[in-house]
Amino acid sequence: MSKVIEEIHAAARQLLEDGKVDVVIGFEKGTLPLKATPCFIRSPQEVEKLIWDETCDNNLANYVRQIKGKKAIVAKGCDTRALVVLMQENQVAREDLYILGVSCNGVINRKKIEAETGEILSAELAEGKISVQGMNGSKEFAFADVKDDTCQSCRYPNPVLEDAHFGDKVETGNQEVPFADVVAMEEKSLLERRAYFQEEMAKCIRCYACRNACPMCYCNECFVDCNSPKWLTGGVDPAENMMFQVGRSLHLAGRCVDCGACVRACPQGVDIRALSRKVTKDCLTMYRHEAGVTLEDPPALNQFSTEDPQGFLVKE
Amino acid sequence: MVMGEIQESVNLPENQEFQPKIVAFLCNWCSYAGADLAGVSRIQYPATIRTIRIPCSGRINPLYILKAMANGADGVLVSGCHPGDCHYISGNFVARRKFALIKSLLTHVGLEEDRVNFSWVSAAEGGRFAEVVKGVTDRVSALGPNNGVFKVAERRGTDE
Repeated sequence: MSKVIEEIHAAARQLLEDGKVDVVIGFEKGTLPLKATPCFIRSPQEVEKLIWDETCDNNLANYVRQIKGKKAIVAKGCDTRALVVLMQENQVAREDLYILGVSCNGVINRKKIEAETGEILSAELAEGKISVQGMNGSKEFAFADVKDDTCQSCRYPNPVLEDAHFGDKVETGNQEVPFADVVAMEEKSLLERRAYFQEEMAKCIRCYACRNACPMCYCNECFVDCNSPKWLTGGVDPAENMMFQVGRSLHLAGRCVDCGACVRACPQGVDIRALSRKVTKDCLTMYRHEAGVTLEDPPALNQFSTEDPQGFLVKE
Repeated sequence: MVMGEIQESVNLPENQEFQPKIVAFLCNWCSYAGADLAGVSRIQYPATIRTIRIPCSGRINPLYILKAMANGADGVLVSGCHPGDCHYISGNFVARRKFALIKSLLTHVGLEEDRVNFSWVSAAEGGRFAEVVKGVTDRVSALGPNNGVFKVAERRGTDE
């Protein structure tokens, strides 16, 4: 067992014993190989269940709103950014929260492994190597190859807000062109982009797993569930899928922290980040704003300047 | 000439042009009054817009624009007070950030740039309102009918 996890156990035990928090939100070993499950520890005897490794891919900030009382949370960089936005939107009180910060090297994307081995039957994780036994054979992977795309381009692997830190800080890789994927898409022609997105949206089955995994999707009534007006009919129609995904991305404008939880939750492998990252890039280039980096800077659409660009206006 | 073709040419006169349907969301305080001024001044402009009056351009929800196209609109025009002139002080400043992101994302997913249009028209600019509608109508006509990026297939009954 690693030193980091022992330190997290000790800190969690101390917090619960002292009565500083009612619950510790973290990860435990899941029932599927290479998939950790969020867990909620309420007594000091249970803290041994907590784990921390490259399989902990949910964004735990999602659960903070739903749990009453004082809570501690094991949070990686993107989780803390989501917490910052939730605090700015008055969904979480800072004084109710104790953040156990961990630096993150990235998480595994099981889809990348399953593409080669079929359904994962069992897996061993050790020192940057993952040996997998799958339905269609076994294979050894290097962690860097099966790391989630979000984590490949992560710019905030270390928590932006924390009460205690565990383990070493992770160096941020210097990216030559941030948003290289979005830029590549922008350079394509209108028809190529349309074809790409229409193909992606045709895959979507509107199970709303992306919405449920998203810490920022907390509307009491989501527009997709709304009956009056009935924004979406509930039928199978790629144009409606597009409306759902575009509508959702615009709701997340200036708030999305690009944690990639939506993409990892998607059973159909829809490239949701192609939409959300475009909006994120626009917020950065037009308004010099990145969501959830500091508590002082409110979300991009909560503020304005008289100098904002208006190149979108109709040509006259 | 085959019978079917003759029938078609009888039903469709050669000079019939495509008349787009454009949904116009106009702010109550400026653009709606501007449209009204164009009307009382007897300024001619194409009868392509279907006006929906909104209290402020800040009231625009991106879903309004998407839903208009889902229900088959060929184009959308959103118009409010000039920045600085908002009846609610800052409504259109807030809207401006939102509009920029909407326009950029819609173009990114493959919607033609001229389908969704934004402009500022004041209550005194009746003539300019007519010009904006003419310009938008020309450009949407050039694009042709809604090509279905957001248009939901027929008989889905989306207008509840």
